[in-house]
Amino acid sequence: MVVEGHDRPTRPSAPVTDPTAAPIAVALRGITKTFPGVLANDHVDLEVRRGEIHALLGENGAGKSTLMSVLTGLYQPDQGRILIGDEAGRLRPVTIASPRDAIHLGIGMVHQHFKLVPTQTVAENVILGMDGVPFVLDMATVEAEVAALSERFRMPVPVSAYIWQISVGEQQRVEILKALYRGAEILILDEPTAVLTPQEAAEVAATLRALAAEGKAIIFISHKLDEVMTVADRVTVLRKGRNVATLDVAATDKHQLAELMVGREVATTIDKDDVEPGPVVLRIDGVVARNNRGIVALKDLSLEVRAGEILGVAGVAGNGQRELTEVVTGLRRAEQGTVTVDGDDLTDRAPVRFIDAGVSHVPSDRLGRGLAGNLPLADNMAMKAYRRPPIAAGPMLRRDRMRAFAVDLIERFNVDTPGPDTPARNLSGGNQQKAILAREITAGTRARERGRRPVLIAAYPTRGLDVGAIEDVRSHLLRQRSDGTAVLFISEELDELMMMSDRIAVLHGGEVMGVVTPAETTIEELGLMMAGEMRR
Amino acid sequence: MNLPYRITLEKRLDTPRIVLWLVPVVSILIALAFGAIVLAFAGANPLEAYGQILTGAFGSLTAWLDGQFYAVSETVVRTVPLILTGLAVAVAFRMRFWNIGAEGQLVFGGVFAAWVALFLPGVIPGIPQTPWVYLPLMALAAVAGGAIWALIPAFLKAYLEVDEIITTIMLNFVAILTYQYLFTGPWKDPEGQGFPGSALFPEFTWLPRLTGRVTLGLVLALAAAVVVWLVFDHTKLGYEIALMGENPEAARYAGVNRASIIIVVMVLSGGLAGLAGFTETAGISHRLQQGLAIGNGFTGIIVAWVAKLRPGWIVVVAFLLSALFVGGDQLQISMGLPASIGAFFQGMILLFILGGDVFTRYRVKITRRPAAVAVEV
Ligand SMILES: Nc1ncnc2c1ncn2[C@@H]1O[C@H](COP(=O)(O)OP(=O)(O)OP(=O)(O)O)[C@@H](O)[C@H]1O
Ligand SMILES: [Mg+2]
Repeated sequence: MVVEGHDRPTRPSAPVTDPTAAPIAVALRGITKTFPGVLANDHVDLEVRRGEIHALLGENGAGKSTLMSVLTGLYQPDQGRILIGDEAGRLRPVTIASPRDAIHLGIGMVHQHFKLVPTQTVAENVILGMDGVPFVLDMATVEAEVAALSERFRMPVPVSAYIWQISVGEQQRVEILKALYRGAEILILDEPTAVLTPQEAAEVAATLRALAAEGKAIIFISHKLDEVMTVADRVTVLRKGRNVATLDVAATDKHQLAELMVGREVATTIDKDDVEPGPVVLRIDGVVARNNRGIVALKDLSLEVRAGEILGVAGVAGNGQRELTEVVTGLRRAEQGTVTVDGDDLTDRAPVRFIDAGVSHVPSDRLGRGLAGNLPLADNMAMKAYRRPPIAAGPMLRRDRMRAFAVDLIERFNVDTPGPDTPARNLSGGNQQKAILAREITAGTRARERGRRPVLIAAYPTRGLDVGAIEDVRSHLLRQRSDGTAVLFISEELDELMMMSDRIAVLHGGEVMGVVTPAETTIEELGLMMAGEMRR
Repeated sequence: MNLPYRITLEKRLDTPRIVLWLVPVVSILIALAFGAIVLAFAGANPLEAYGQILTGAFGSLTAWLDGQFYAVSETVVRTVPLILTGLAVAVAFRMRFWNIGAEGQLVFGGVFAAWVALFLPGVIPGIPQTPWVYLPLMALAAVAGGAIWALIPAFLKAYLEVDEIITTIMLNFVAILTYQYLFTGPWKDPEGQGFPGSALFPEFTWLPRLTGRVTLGLVLALAAAVVVWLVFDHTKLGYEIALMGENPEAARYAGVNRASIIIVVMVLSGGLAGLAGFTETAGISHRLQQGLAIGNGFTGIIVAWVAKLRPGWIVVVAFLLSALFVGGDQLQISMGLPASIGAFFQGMILLFILGGDVFTRYRVKITRRPAAVAVEV
């Protein structure tokens, strides 16, 4: 990185384009960052003004997270400069050698994968790792402060609860509060709404607006074009590590943005084959289960999914979706009721029984459950295939075949990675998701070859994917449906549910409020059922 | 701190091969330099002392030319149990199961092997009294002894979530006291004239010697290293162990049964430690006596850790550490330095190697601070 030393005069930079605009808060100039075998950022420029919400768009692996990691001191750029502006818009070059430097410069970040400590409380996480924390802590004061902050920005959090006990939406708020508590003036959010419900996302949008109105500069990464159009003031598009364009949101539209991102026209509608649903494959009957906090999360829940059918599950996150996916994959005990797969009663059997029975599972928590980040991609892709030939040979493991299996999946599912030996954590968020999908769909195909009727439990499978990849995933799911897989499809996006599902079950408070077909319902009606105000 | 420069650590994305090699070598050199200072304070000439360690551990050129390999063979003798305990620890640590109990498991392996040697001929006289039958029986008994001892913490962890660090440490004491009770009490040699120890094992239960005091135990230890390497890299079990170690929740999701893999891993780990009890009793002491619990189980932790849990490296590191022990003993004899000097060097080397590891994971960057008020427009 080029750093201005004591002895060298600083070069004047290009003048601010619009003198009437707000002063620049931060500018990245010509940032280049390479990883072994990957050019993640190639001379990227980005300028963000005070009071602005600046969206950063790009395909999975375009280099968005990397660029932000450079800005927050997690990575050192190979080339390029970072400049921070003062109130008058005068820029000064800075070196950001560590996240601590970033915090001192008022840069706060909410990462794509949260960095909270599950075994500590909300308040403890907020002050964790801060400078100047006294050795003996008065937790009551800290909790009061955190509560006040959460009040001020209308982000309710249970301050004394443990992280593992709270929902993903709440964890998200904790991350934002953490940055604000440290006095962030430049706030970066990496896909903040990917894991949120539409309502929660709207709340975050309102919070961001409020923060921007206070003069904070906000950089906001998202794959949701609607959201970018409503929340952001300006947008910068990256493709394959390079700048494509920076535009005023008012002067563009979704189609143009999608095209700039992907470099081609993106289909917004999908063709759905007519599939005659077969027999019931997954049957959930009167299931009662508790969540991690010991509270009953599924109350006498019954559902059926047929072969060749996509049963959508709508609902605000935290209304039993997680427990539902766990009960039907053997990961959580059902206190009452039964789970049958293709006629076999598998209630409370071990996860491996469900895998053998052909139940695949795209979990909502990628790095927590879906992947072992430090292990090579090949090992991760074999998680459902290593027990059987060709990868297994008796008790032995054929590493060569495991690798070939991964290479094949990488190819067929367009996973962007230097190779199967790369640790899974080095993949971009969207590509991790693609890798999991590839593995689970393949597991279903192999189960079919063994004469099973596969079931696919897909929790938020398009979360964090770019528009092109979403299209791919949807067509993969539809192909599964055509092949006779019973698909349980959990999503928070009602448009997506309406488009993909044959029937939609609405969850509220651990109960099914009704099962409807997309043809005979409306988004408004689904919304009412999700809020628990209507049953059908 | 107003220096214009500043030193920061940056995480390496990939570590060049040369760094992987250089860092441990430099770490050891620095440890030796520190050791030299301590030796000087102890009133010894460091160079002479290091020379003594080398000849003590490996012998001298003149001795070799005479065909005398006593020193190096003693080093190999000490290497054998360290390989086995190093492997035992590595198997458990790979799953992040912190088995600190290899010492007790080794001792129990020795006790079980001793029982076979001392009492089985009397209990079942029909068994042919040849090494071909008795040695495998003793080895199996030792594996069973170590495994049973390891199963206690395994069950406690698997079914009751009891922390394994505490249970494995505590069980060491129980094992050592039990074994001391046995050879000073019920198993004490009646013809030993008060000597604390069991009777000598019958000769058909002695491990055959290859050269010097080096026994077939060496072959056993090397074979065990190959087996552990195979398990780690080329079996489903090894895959599951790594998955459990990296992310237990992902392992559960992939269908790994947590309780049974904990039990299998501890049977393996305890069994390997128990095998060290077999090589030491059947190969070296030929009786149950003081000297079985001399810390090989604990040194095994150092071996495994320095070798980064890799079986091939465990063999190398075990040999080098035992050279330090044997060479350190030599120092005691020839230069009158305390016997603990070998352990002291081991501690130093471990400390520096673990500390040096920072440099394989991070890169040191010296950056110039930017000018405080360089303003652009
Ligand atoms: N630590 C790393 N080591 C090696 N390669 C990496 C590392 N981090 C990122 N990459 C690679 O750099 C490229 C850009 O990744 P980045 O995470 O910035 O993408 P992204 O735009 O945030 O994508 P997504 O929308 O999927 O999150 C990808 O090809 C990725 O595989
Ligand atoms: Mg990203």
